[in-house]
Amino acid sequence: MLAVETIELTKDYRLGFWRGRVKRALDRLSLRVEGGEVFGLLGPNGAGKTTTLKLLFRLIFATSGTARILGKQFDDLAVRSRVAYLPENPAFYDHLTPQEFLTYSASLFGLPAAERRRRSGELIEKLGLSDSRNVPLRKFSKGMIQRVGIAQALINDPDLVFLDEPMSGLDPLGRREVREVILRLKEHQKTVFFSTHILSDAETLCDRVAVLHHGRLQGCGELNAILRLGVSTTELVLEGPSAEVMAELMPYASSVIRTGERVRLEIAHESQVEVTLEIVMRSKTKLISVNPVKRSLEDYFLQQVGAVD
Amino acid sequence: MRVVTIAVHTFKESVRQKVLYNLVAFALLLIGASILFGSISVGVEQIILVTLGLSSISVFGLLIAIFIGIDLVSKEIERRTIYNILSKPVTRAEFILGKYLGLLLTLVVNTAIMMAGFYAALFYQKRALGPGDLVYLGAVYFILLQLAMVVGIALVFSCISTPVLSAIYTFCLYVIGNFSADLRSFGQGSQSPILGLVSNGLYYALPNFANFNVITQVAHAQKIPAYLWVGNSFYALLYLAILLGLAVLIFEEREFP
Repeated sequence: MLAVETIELTKDYRLGFWRGRVKRALDRLSLRVEGGEVFGLLGPNGAGKTTTLKLLFRLIFATSGTARILGKQFDDLAVRSRVAYLPENPAFYDHLTPQEFLTYSASLFGLPAAERRRRSGELIEKLGLSDSRNVPLRKFSKGMIQRVGIAQALINDPDLVFLDEPMSGLDPLGRREVREVILRLKEHQKTVFFSTHILSDAETLCDRVAVLHHGRLQGCGELNAILRLGVSTTELVLEGPSAEVMAELMPYASSVIRTGERVRLEIAHESQVEVTLEIVMRSKTKLISVNPVKRSLEDYFLQQVGAVD
Repeated sequence: MRVVTIAVHTFKESVRQKVLYNLVAFALLLIGASILFGSISVGVEQIILVTLGLSSISVFGLLIAIFIGIDLVSKEIERRTIYNILSKPVTRAEFILGKYLGLLLTLVVNTAIMMAGFYAALFYQKRALGPGDLVYLGAVYFILLQLAMVVGIALVFSCISTPVLSAIYTFCLYVIGNFSADLRSFGQGSQSPILGLVSNGLYYALPNFANFNVITQVAHAQKIPAYLWVGNSFYALLYLAILLGLAVLIFEEREFP
Protein backbone atom coordinates (compact mmCIF):
# COMPACT_ATOMS: atom_id res chain seq x y z
CA MET A 1 0.00 0.00 0.00
CA LEU A 2 1.15 3.52 -0.72
CA ALA A 3 2.02 5.40 2.45
CA VAL A 4 2.38 8.80 0.83
CA GLU A 5 1.39 10.01 -2.58
CA THR A 6 1.72 13.59 -3.68
CA ILE A 7 0.11 14.62 -6.92
CA GLU A 8 1.40 17.75 -8.62
CA LEU A 9 1.78 19.41 -5.23
CA THR A 10 2.62 23.07 -5.74
CA LYS A 11 3.24 25.94 -3.37
CA ASP A 12 3.62 29.58 -4.39
CA TYR A 13 4.41 32.39 -2.01
CA ARG A 14 3.30 35.90 -2.81
CA LEU A 15 6.00 38.36 -1.87
CA GLY A 16 6.47 42.12 -1.76
CA PHE A 17 4.35 44.90 -0.33
CA TRP A 18 1.54 44.39 -2.85
CA ARG A 19 2.05 40.63 -2.89
CA GLY A 20 2.59 40.86 -6.61
CA ARG A 21 5.78 38.85 -6.83
CA VAL A 22 5.33 35.09 -6.89
CA LYS A 23 7.98 32.70 -5.63
CA ARG A 24 7.43 29.04 -6.33
CA ALA A 25 8.66 27.02 -3.35
CA LEU A 26 7.43 23.68 -4.65
CA ASP A 27 6.74 22.88 -8.26
CA ARG A 28 4.29 20.10 -9.17
CA LEU A 29 5.81 17.51 -6.89
CA SER A 30 4.59 13.99 -7.58
CA LEU A 31 5.98 11.31 -5.30
CA ARG A 32 4.97 7.83 -4.23
CA VAL A 33 6.27 6.33 -1.02
CA GLU A 34 5.58 2.66 -0.38
CA GLY A 35 4.50 1.40 3.02
CA GLY A 36 7.35 0.10 5.19
CA GLU A 37 10.15 1.87 3.37
CA VAL A 38 12.56 4.50 4.56
CA PHE A 39 12.24 7.34 2.11
CA GLY A 40 14.67 10.23 2.00
CA LEU A 41 13.83 13.64 0.64
CA LEU A 42 17.12 15.23 -0.28
CA GLY A 43 18.11 18.65 -1.37
CA PRO A 44 20.14 21.68 -0.42
CA ASN A 45 18.72 24.36 1.87
CA GLY A 46 15.72 26.05 0.28
CA ALA A 47 15.03 23.12 -2.03
CA GLY A 48 11.48 22.66 -0.80
CA LYS A 49 11.88 19.75 1.62
CA THR A 50 10.38 21.47 4.66
CA THR A 51 7.71 23.04 2.43
CA THR A 52 6.67 19.54 1.32
CA LEU A 53 6.33 18.31 4.89
CA LYS A 54 4.48 21.41 6.05
CA LEU A 55 2.07 21.07 3.13
CA LEU A 56 1.34 17.48 4.08
CA PHE A 57 0.50 18.60 7.62
CA ARG A 58 -1.42 21.63 6.37
CA LEU A 59 0.77 24.04 8.30
CA ILE A 60 0.86 25.83 4.96
CA PHE A 61 -1.66 25.41 2.16
CA ALA A 62 -1.03 24.08 -1.32
CA THR A 63 -1.53 26.45 -4.23
CA SER A 64 -2.51 23.46 -6.35
CA GLY A 65 -2.20 19.72 -6.33
CA THR A 66 -3.11 17.25 -3.67
CA ALA A 67 -1.77 14.38 -1.61
CA ARG A 68 -2.86 11.14 -0.03
CA ILE A 69 -1.51 9.78 3.22
CA LEU A 70 -2.11 6.14 4.17
CA GLY A 71 -4.78 5.95 1.50
CA LYS A 72 -6.73 8.95 2.75
CA GLN A 73 -6.93 12.55 1.62
CA PHE A 74 -4.12 14.42 3.37
CA ASP A 75 -6.44 16.96 5.01
CA ASP A 76 -8.48 14.22 6.65
CA LEU A 77 -7.93 14.74 10.37
CA ALA A 78 -8.44 11.05 11.11
CA VAL A 79 -5.18 10.24 9.35
CA ARG A 80 -3.24 12.30 11.91
CA SER A 81 -3.83 9.62 14.54
CA ARG A 82 -1.68 7.25 12.52
CA VAL A 83 1.12 9.60 11.53
CA ALA A 84 3.79 11.57 13.37
CA TYR A 85 5.80 14.64 12.59
CA LEU A 86 9.07 15.93 13.95
CA PRO A 87 9.67 19.48 12.71
CA GLU A 88 13.10 20.84 11.91
CA ASN A 89 14.85 22.25 15.00
CA PRO A 90 11.91 21.38 17.22
CA ALA A 91 11.00 23.58 20.15
CA PHE A 92 8.76 22.58 22.99
CA TYR A 93 7.38 24.07 26.18
CA ASP A 94 10.40 25.03 28.27
CA HIS A 95 8.71 24.64 31.60
CA LEU A 96 7.54 21.07 31.08
CA THR A 97 9.51 17.96 31.93
CA PRO A 98 9.77 15.18 29.29
CA GLN A 99 7.24 13.17 31.27
CA GLU A 100 4.75 16.05 31.36
CA PHE A 101 5.30 16.95 27.74
CA LEU A 102 4.88 13.40 26.48
CA THR A 103 1.75 12.95 28.57
CA TYR A 104 0.36 16.17 27.09
CA SER A 105 1.22 15.02 23.56
CA ALA A 106 -0.44 11.67 24.24
CA SER A 107 -3.59 13.34 25.51
CA LEU A 108 -3.87 15.27 22.23
CA PHE A 109 -4.31 11.86 20.60
CA GLY A 110 -7.09 11.12 23.04
CA LEU A 111 -5.23 8.25 24.69
CA PRO A 112 -6.60 7.14 28.08
CA ALA A 113 -4.62 8.18 31.18
CA ALA A 114 -3.11 4.75 31.88
CA GLU A 115 -1.99 4.39 28.26
CA ARG A 116 -0.51 7.89 28.31
CA ARG A 117 1.59 7.06 31.34
CA ARG A 118 2.66 3.68 29.95
CA ARG A 119 3.71 5.00 26.53
CA SER A 120 5.51 8.07 27.81
CA GLY A 121 7.37 5.96 30.38
CA GLU A 122 8.32 3.44 27.71
CA LEU A 123 9.61 6.10 25.28
CA ILE A 124 11.54 7.87 28.02
CA GLU A 125 13.33 4.59 28.69
CA LYS A 126 13.88 3.74 25.03
CA LEU A 127 15.31 7.14 24.14
CA GLY A 128 17.60 7.31 27.14
CA LEU A 129 15.80 10.14 28.89
CA SER A 130 15.28 8.33 32.20
CA ASP A 131 17.82 10.41 34.10
CA SER A 132 16.21 13.64 32.93
CA ARG A 133 12.64 12.50 33.36
CA ASN A 134 11.83 15.32 35.78
CA VAL A 135 14.14 18.02 34.43
CA PRO A 136 12.46 20.97 32.66
CA LEU A 137 13.07 21.02 28.92
CA ARG A 138 14.74 24.45 29.07
CA LYS A 139 17.76 22.73 30.61
CA PHE A 140 18.08 20.26 27.74
CA SER A 141 20.81 20.25 25.08
CA LYS A 142 19.89 20.24 21.40
CA GLY A 143 20.49 16.51 21.17
CA MET A 144 18.27 15.83 24.15
CA ILE A 145 15.52 18.05 22.71
CA GLN A 146 15.73 16.07 19.49
CA ARG A 147 15.26 12.89 21.46
CA VAL A 148 12.22 14.36 23.19
CA GLY A 149 10.98 15.39 19.74
CA ILE A 150 11.31 11.84 18.49
CA ALA A 151 9.63 10.53 21.62
CA GLN A 152 6.62 12.83 21.12
CA ALA A 153 6.47 11.76 17.48
CA LEU A 154 6.25 8.11 18.48
CA ILE A 155 3.78 8.55 21.34
CA ASN A 156 0.82 7.44 19.21
CA ASP A 157 2.67 4.39 17.84
CA PRO A 158 2.37 5.79 14.29
CA ASP A 159 2.42 3.80 11.06
CA LEU A 160 4.11 6.63 9.22
CA VAL A 161 6.71 9.00 10.63
CA PHE A 162 7.76 12.27 9.01
CA LEU A 163 11.07 13.63 10.22
CA ASP A 164 12.33 16.99 9.03
CA GLU A 165 16.14 17.13 9.16
CA PRO A 166 16.25 14.83 12.18
CA MET A 167 20.06 14.82 12.33
CA SER A 168 20.59 18.53 11.86
CA GLY A 169 22.79 20.08 14.53
CA LEU A 170 23.43 16.80 16.31
CA ASP A 171 26.85 15.50 17.31
CA PRO A 172 28.00 12.11 15.92
CA LEU A 173 26.59 10.30 18.93
CA GLY A 174 23.22 12.00 18.58
CA ARG A 175 23.15 11.22 14.87
CA ARG A 176 23.87 7.58 15.55
CA GLU A 177 21.01 7.46 18.04
CA VAL A 178 18.58 8.95 15.53
CA ARG A 179 19.81 6.50 12.88
CA GLU A 180 19.14 3.64 15.27
CA VAL A 181 15.63 4.91 15.95
CA ILE A 182 14.90 5.05 12.22
CA LEU A 183 16.27 1.54 11.70
CA ARG A 184 14.19 0.28 14.63
CA LEU A 185 11.09 1.83 13.07
CA LYS A 186 11.87 0.08 9.81
CA GLU A 187 12.27 -3.21 11.67
CA HIS A 188 8.75 -2.69 12.99
CA GLN A 189 7.46 -2.19 9.42
CA LYS A 190 6.84 1.50 9.93
CA THR A 191 7.22 3.93 7.05
CA VAL A 192 9.74 6.68 7.58
CA PHE A 193 9.75 9.77 5.38
CA PHE A 194 12.60 12.04 6.27
CA SER A 195 14.22 15.07 4.78
CA THR A 196 17.91 15.68 5.03
CA HIS A 197 20.83 17.37 3.41
CA ILE A 198 23.29 15.06 5.16
CA LEU A 199 23.90 12.58 2.39
CA SER A 200 25.76 9.98 4.38
CA ASP A 201 22.67 9.53 6.56
CA ALA A 202 20.51 9.01 3.52
CA GLU A 203 23.05 6.54 2.12
CA THR A 204 22.97 4.54 5.33
CA LEU A 205 19.24 4.56 5.88
CA CYS A 206 17.13 5.08 2.79
CA ASP A 207 15.53 2.46 0.56
CA ARG A 208 14.61 5.16 -1.90
CA VAL A 209 15.35 8.82 -2.21
CA ALA A 210 14.01 11.82 -4.06
CA VAL A 211 16.16 14.81 -4.85
CA LEU A 212 14.64 18.28 -4.79
CA HIS A 213 16.22 21.47 -6.02
CA HIS A 214 14.60 24.88 -6.40
CA GLY A 215 11.31 23.19 -5.56
CA ARG A 216 11.53 20.73 -8.43
CA LEU A 217 11.92 17.00 -8.30
CA GLN A 218 15.26 16.14 -9.88
CA GLY A 219 15.13 12.42 -9.51
CA CYS A 220 13.60 9.66 -7.50
CA GLY A 221 14.55 6.06 -7.20
CA GLU A 222 15.92 3.16 -5.25
CA LEU A 223 19.12 4.09 -3.59
CA ASN A 224 21.02 1.04 -4.83
CA ALA A 225 19.93 1.70 -8.39
CA ILE A 226 21.09 5.28 -8.10
CA LEU A 227 24.45 4.26 -6.66
CA ARG A 228 25.05 1.68 -9.39
CA LEU A 229 24.60 4.29 -12.07
CA GLY A 230 27.66 5.67 -13.84
CA VAL A 231 31.20 4.38 -14.06
CA SER A 232 33.18 3.44 -11.00
CA THR A 233 36.70 4.70 -10.78
CA THR A 234 39.70 3.37 -8.86
CA GLU A 235 41.92 5.51 -6.74
CA LEU A 236 45.62 4.68 -6.38
CA VAL A 237 47.75 6.40 -3.78
CA LEU A 238 51.52 6.12 -4.27
CA GLU A 239 54.43 7.45 -2.30
CA GLY A 240 57.39 9.07 -4.06
CA PRO A 241 56.96 7.72 -7.60
CA SER A 242 59.80 8.62 -9.97
CA ALA A 243 59.24 10.87 -12.97
CA GLU A 244 59.61 7.84 -15.28
CA VAL A 245 56.93 5.89 -13.44
CA MET A 246 54.64 8.89 -13.53
CA ALA A 247 55.22 9.27 -17.25
CA GLU A 248 54.21 5.62 -17.69
CA LEU A 249 51.11 6.01 -15.55
CA MET A 250 49.85 9.29 -16.93
CA PRO A 251 48.02 7.87 -20.00
CA TYR A 252 45.79 5.80 -17.68
CA ALA A 253 45.03 8.45 -15.08
CA SER A 254 41.97 10.63 -15.39
CA SER A 255 43.24 12.88 -12.61
CA VAL A 256 46.44 13.32 -10.61
CA ILE A 257 46.74 15.11 -7.31
CA ARG A 258 50.07 15.61 -5.54
CA THR A 259 50.21 16.14 -1.79
CA GLY A 260 53.81 16.32 -0.64
CA GLU A 261 55.44 12.98 -1.44
CA ARG A 262 52.13 11.32 -2.09
CA VAL A 263 50.39 11.12 -5.43
CA ARG A 264 46.74 10.29 -5.90
CA LEU A 265 45.81 8.89 -9.29
CA GLU A 266 42.30 8.24 -10.47
CA ILE A 267 41.96 5.44 -12.98
CA ALA A 268 38.79 5.90 -14.94
CA HIS A 269 38.42 2.41 -16.41
CA GLU A 270 38.43 -0.75 -14.37
CA SER A 271 40.26 -2.62 -17.17
CA GLN A 272 43.28 -0.34 -16.81
CA VAL A 273 43.73 -0.90 -13.09
CA GLU A 274 45.69 -4.11 -13.60
CA VAL A 275 48.11 -2.46 -16.07
CA THR A 276 48.76 0.47 -13.75
CA LEU A 277 49.32 -1.86 -10.80
CA GLU A 278 51.85 -3.85 -12.85
CA ILE A 279 53.77 -0.63 -13.60
CA VAL A 280 53.77 0.26 -9.89
CA MET A 281 54.92 -3.23 -8.83
CA ARG A 282 57.58 -3.45 -11.49
CA SER A 283 59.08 -0.09 -10.51
CA LYS A 284 58.94 -1.04 -6.80
CA THR A 285 57.09 2.20 -6.06
CA LYS A 286 55.53 2.26 -2.61
CA LEU A 287 51.80 1.61 -2.96
CA ILE A 288 49.80 3.16 -0.13
CA SER A 289 46.28 2.17 -1.14
CA VAL A 290 43.99 1.01 -3.93
CA ASN A 291 40.38 2.06 -3.48
CA PRO A 292 37.50 1.43 -5.82
CA VAL A 293 35.58 4.70 -5.83
CA LYS A 294 31.88 4.01 -6.17
CA ARG A 295 29.54 6.64 -7.43
CA SER A 296 28.12 8.05 -4.27
CA LEU A 297 24.83 9.68 -3.55
CA GLU A 298 26.83 12.85 -3.19
CA ASP A 299 27.92 12.64 -6.84
CA TYR A 300 24.35 11.97 -7.88
CA PHE A 301 23.17 14.86 -5.80
CA LEU A 302 25.74 17.25 -7.19
CA GLN A 303 25.05 16.10 -10.73
CA GLN A 304 21.31 16.62 -10.33
CA VAL A 305 21.72 19.96 -8.67
CA GLY A 306 24.37 21.05 -11.15
CA ALA A 307 22.10 20.19 -14.06
CA VAL A 308 19.54 22.67 -12.75
CA ASP A 309 22.03 25.43 -12.04
CA MET B 1 -11.87 16.50 25.03
CA ARG B 2 -8.85 17.88 23.19
CA VAL B 3 -10.20 21.36 23.89
CA VAL B 4 -10.08 20.57 27.61
CA THR B 5 -6.52 19.19 27.28
CA ILE B 6 -5.33 22.38 25.59
CA ALA B 7 -7.25 24.53 28.06
CA VAL B 8 -5.72 22.80 31.07
CA HIS B 9 -2.26 23.06 29.51
CA THR B 10 -2.77 26.78 28.79
CA PHE B 11 -3.96 27.34 32.35
CA LYS B 12 -0.92 25.55 33.80
CA GLU B 13 1.35 27.53 31.51
CA SER B 14 -0.15 30.92 32.32
CA VAL B 15 -0.12 30.41 36.08
CA ARG B 16 3.65 29.98 35.81
CA GLN B 17 4.04 33.53 34.56
CA LYS B 18 5.55 35.79 37.18
CA VAL B 19 3.74 38.86 35.85
CA LEU B 20 0.51 37.24 36.95
CA TYR B 21 1.59 36.98 40.57
CA ASN B 22 2.90 40.53 40.54
CA LEU B 23 -0.39 41.85 39.24
CA VAL B 24 -2.45 39.86 41.72
CA ALA B 25 -0.15 40.98 44.55
CA PHE B 26 -0.54 44.62 43.50
CA ALA B 27 -4.30 44.23 43.31
CA LEU B 28 -4.42 42.74 46.81
CA LEU B 29 -2.17 45.52 48.06
CA LEU B 30 -4.48 48.14 46.62
CA ILE B 31 -7.53 46.42 48.06
CA GLY B 32 -5.77 46.43 51.42
CA ALA B 33 -4.89 50.09 51.00
CA SER B 34 -8.54 50.90 50.33
CA ILE B 35 -9.19 50.10 54.03
CA LEU B 36 -6.81 52.92 54.81
CA PHE B 37 -8.46 55.29 52.34
CA GLY B 38 -11.83 54.33 53.80
CA SER B 39 -10.75 55.01 57.35
CA ILE B 40 -9.81 58.59 56.49
CA SER B 41 -13.12 59.21 54.73
CA VAL B 42 -15.57 59.81 57.49
CA GLY B 43 -19.04 58.34 56.90
CA VAL B 44 -18.28 56.78 53.53
CA GLU B 45 -15.71 54.20 54.60
CA GLN B 46 -17.50 51.31 52.99
CA ILE B 47 -18.28 53.15 49.76
CA ILE B 48 -14.62 54.03 49.37
CA LEU B 49 -13.52 50.48 50.13
CA VAL B 50 -16.02 48.92 47.72
CA THR B 51 -15.30 51.40 44.93
CA LEU B 52 -11.54 51.11 45.24
CA GLY B 53 -11.56 47.38 45.86
CA LEU B 54 -13.80 46.47 42.93
CA SER B 55 -12.01 48.95 40.66
CA SER B 56 -8.71 47.27 41.56
CA ILE B 57 -10.18 43.90 40.58
CA SER B 58 -11.36 45.40 37.30
CA VAL B 59 -8.12 47.21 36.41
CA PHE B 60 -5.75 44.43 37.38
CA GLY B 61 -8.03 41.86 35.78
CA LEU B 62 -7.84 43.91 32.59
CA LEU B 63 -4.04 44.04 32.77
CA ILE B 64 -3.84 40.28 33.31
CA ALA B 65 -6.27 39.66 30.45
CA ILE B 66 -4.22 41.83 28.08
CA PHE B 67 -0.75 40.74 29.19
CA ILE B 68 -1.50 37.05 28.97
CA GLY B 69 -4.14 37.20 26.25
CA ILE B 70 -1.88 38.76 23.63
CA ASP B 71 0.65 35.95 24.03
CA LEU B 72 -1.99 33.32 23.68
CA VAL B 73 -1.41 32.40 20.05
CA SER B 74 1.60 34.50 19.05
CA LYS B 75 3.85 32.77 21.58
CA GLU B 76 2.95 29.35 20.21
CA ILE B 77 3.81 30.58 16.73
CA GLU B 78 6.98 32.37 17.78
CA ARG B 79 8.27 29.36 19.75
CA ARG B 80 7.18 27.04 16.92
CA THR B 81 5.30 24.85 19.41
CA ILE B 82 2.30 25.29 17.14
CA TYR B 83 3.79 22.74 14.69
CA ASN B 84 3.68 20.17 17.40
CA ILE B 85 0.00 20.72 18.17
CA LEU B 86 -1.38 21.21 14.67
CA SER B 87 0.39 18.11 13.35
CA LYS B 88 -1.67 16.05 15.77
CA PRO B 89 -5.38 15.25 15.36
CA VAL B 90 -6.36 18.71 16.62
CA THR B 91 -8.46 21.11 14.56
CA ARG B 92 -7.53 24.75 14.51
CA ALA B 93 -10.88 25.61 16.09
CA GLU B 94 -10.15 23.23 18.98
CA PHE B 95 -6.79 24.88 19.44
CA ILE B 96 -8.26 28.39 19.58
CA LEU B 97 -11.09 27.37 21.85
CA GLY B 98 -8.75 25.46 24.15
CA LYS B 99 -6.37 28.40 24.42
CA TYR B 100 -9.25 30.75 25.13
CA LEU B 101 -10.82 28.57 27.82
CA GLY B 102 -7.42 28.06 29.46
CA LEU B 103 -6.92 31.77 29.83
CA LEU B 104 -10.48 32.29 30.94
CA LEU B 105 -9.88 29.76 33.69
CA THR B 106 -6.75 31.70 34.71
CA LEU B 107 -8.80 34.88 34.89
CA VAL B 108 -11.57 33.23 36.89
CA VAL B 109 -9.04 31.89 39.42
CA ASN B 110 -7.27 35.25 39.68
CA THR B 111 -10.49 37.16 40.01
CA ALA B 112 -11.60 34.73 42.71
CA ILE B 113 -8.35 35.37 44.61
CA MET B 114 -8.79 39.14 44.28
CA MET B 115 -12.41 38.84 45.28
CA ALA B 116 -11.42 36.86 48.37
CA GLY B 117 -9.01 39.69 49.21
CA PHE B 118 -11.79 42.20 48.71
CA TYR B 119 -14.17 40.34 51.04
CA ALA B 120 -11.39 39.94 53.60
CA ALA B 121 -10.86 43.72 53.54
CA LEU B 122 -14.60 44.26 53.85
CA PHE B 123 -14.78 41.87 56.79
CA TYR B 124 -11.85 43.65 58.44
CA GLN B 125 -13.66 46.96 58.11
CA LYS B 126 -17.17 45.84 59.07
CA ARG B 127 -16.16 43.07 61.46
CA ALA B 128 -18.96 41.03 59.92
CA LEU B 129 -20.38 40.08 56.52
CA GLY B 130 -24.08 39.88 55.78
CA PRO B 131 -26.34 38.79 52.91
CA GLY B 132 -26.37 42.38 51.70
CA ASP B 133 -22.71 42.04 50.79
CA LEU B 134 -23.56 39.43 48.15
CA VAL B 135 -24.46 42.29 45.82
CA TYR B 136 -20.75 42.78 45.19
CA LEU B 137 -20.61 39.35 43.60
CA GLY B 138 -22.79 40.75 40.84
CA ALA B 139 -20.25 43.48 40.16
CA VAL B 140 -17.46 40.89 40.08
CA TYR B 141 -19.51 38.75 37.71
CA PHE B 142 -19.88 41.71 35.34
CA ILE B 143 -16.15 42.40 35.60
CA LEU B 144 -15.52 38.78 34.64
CA LEU B 145 -17.85 39.06 31.66
CA GLN B 146 -15.94 42.15 30.55
CA LEU B 147 -12.62 40.38 30.97
CA ALA B 148 -13.91 37.38 29.01
CA MET B 149 -14.66 39.76 26.14
CA VAL B 150 -11.31 41.51 26.47
CA VAL B 151 -9.50 38.15 26.23
CA GLY B 152 -11.59 37.37 23.16
CA ILE B 153 -10.50 40.66 21.59
CA ALA B 154 -6.86 39.99 22.55
CA LEU B 155 -7.18 36.53 21.01
CA VAL B 156 -8.41 37.93 17.68
CA PHE B 157 -5.54 40.42 17.56
CA SER B 158 -3.08 37.76 18.69
CA CYS B 159 -4.02 35.75 15.58
CA ILE B 160 -3.17 38.57 13.21
CA SER B 161 -0.62 40.80 14.87
CA THR B 162 2.46 41.03 17.05
CA PRO B 163 2.07 40.91 20.86
CA VAL B 164 2.86 44.62 21.35
CA LEU B 165 0.42 45.80 18.70
CA SER B 166 -2.19 43.35 19.96
CA ALA B 167 -1.87 44.84 23.45
CA ILE B 168 -2.26 48.38 22.11
CA TYR B 169 -5.26 47.49 19.93
CA THR B 170 -6.95 45.57 22.74
CA PHE B 171 -6.46 48.37 25.24
CA CYS B 172 -7.72 50.97 22.75
CA LEU B 173 -10.79 48.88 22.06
CA TYR B 174 -11.40 48.50 25.77
CA VAL B 175 -11.24 52.27 26.28
CA ILE B 176 -13.47 52.93 23.27
CA GLY B 177 -15.86 50.25 24.54
CA ASN B 178 -16.34 52.22 27.73
CA PHE B 179 -17.36 55.30 25.77
CA SER B 180 -19.26 53.73 22.89
CA ALA B 181 -22.53 55.34 24.02
CA ASP B 182 -20.87 58.75 23.72
CA LEU B 183 -19.77 57.77 20.23
CA ARG B 184 -23.40 57.27 19.24
CA SER B 185 -24.55 60.50 20.87
CA PHE B 186 -21.79 62.32 19.02
CA GLY B 187 -23.05 60.95 15.69
CA GLN B 188 -26.67 61.68 16.51
CA GLY B 189 -25.80 65.21 17.52
CA SER B 190 -23.95 65.95 14.29
CA GLN B 191 -25.64 67.39 11.20
CA SER B 192 -24.06 64.89 8.82
CA PRO B 193 -26.22 61.81 8.15
CA ILE B 194 -23.12 59.86 7.08
CA LEU B 195 -21.40 60.60 10.38
CA GLY B 196 -24.57 59.54 12.17
CA LEU B 197 -24.65 56.28 10.23
CA VAL B 198 -20.96 55.56 10.82
CA SER B 199 -21.12 56.31 14.54
CA ASN B 200 -24.25 54.18 14.86
CA GLY B 201 -22.53 51.34 13.03
CA LEU B 202 -19.48 51.63 15.25
CA TYR B 203 -21.68 51.68 18.34
CA TYR B 204 -23.11 48.29 17.45
CA ALA B 205 -19.87 46.81 16.12
CA LEU B 206 -17.57 47.86 18.95
CA PRO B 207 -17.94 46.25 22.36
CA ASN B 208 -20.11 48.18 24.78
CA PHE B 209 -18.61 47.93 28.23
CA ALA B 210 -20.52 50.80 29.82
CA ASN B 211 -23.38 48.58 31.01
CA PHE B 212 -20.95 46.27 32.75
CA ASN B 213 -19.72 48.90 35.16
CA VAL B 214 -21.99 48.69 38.19
CA ILE B 215 -19.34 49.45 40.79
CA THR B 216 -20.83 52.82 41.77
CA GLN B 217 -24.31 51.33 42.08
CA VAL B 218 -23.28 48.43 44.31
CA ALA B 219 -21.03 50.72 46.37
CA HIS B 220 -24.17 52.69 47.18
CA ALA B 221 -25.98 49.46 48.07
CA GLN B 222 -28.22 49.62 45.00
CA LYS B 223 -29.38 46.30 43.61
CA ILE B 224 -28.42 45.32 40.09
CA PRO B 225 -31.62 45.29 38.01
CA ALA B 226 -32.64 41.96 36.48
CA TYR B 227 -32.52 43.27 32.92
CA LEU B 228 -28.82 44.03 33.39
CA TRP B 229 -28.10 40.50 34.60
CA VAL B 230 -29.85 38.97 31.62
CA GLY B 231 -28.88 41.61 29.06
CA ASN B 232 -25.20 41.70 29.98
CA SER B 233 -24.93 37.91 30.11
CA PHE B 234 -26.49 37.48 26.68
CA TYR B 235 -24.58 40.40 25.20
CA ALA B 236 -21.25 39.02 26.45
CA LEU B 237 -22.09 35.52 25.20
CA LEU B 238 -23.10 36.78 21.78
CA TYR B 239 -20.12 39.08 21.45
CA LEU B 240 -17.81 36.29 22.57
CA ALA B 241 -19.28 33.87 20.07
CA ILE B 242 -18.63 36.42 17.33
CA LEU B 243 -15.07 37.07 18.56
CA LEU B 244 -14.21 33.39 18.84
CA GLY B 245 -15.77 32.69 15.46
CA LEU B 246 -13.70 35.49 13.97
CA ALA B 247 -10.52 34.20 15.65
CA VAL B 248 -11.17 30.70 14.31
CA LEU B 249 -11.87 32.04 10.81
CA ILE B 250 -8.63 34.03 10.81
CA PHE B 251 -6.66 31.16 12.28
CA GLU B 252 -8.05 28.64 9.78
CA GLU B 253 -6.54 30.71 6.98
CA ARG B 254 -3.24 31.33 8.69
CA GLU B 255 -0.09 29.68 7.38
CA PHE B 256 3.00 28.78 9.38
CA PRO B 257 5.88 28.87 6.93
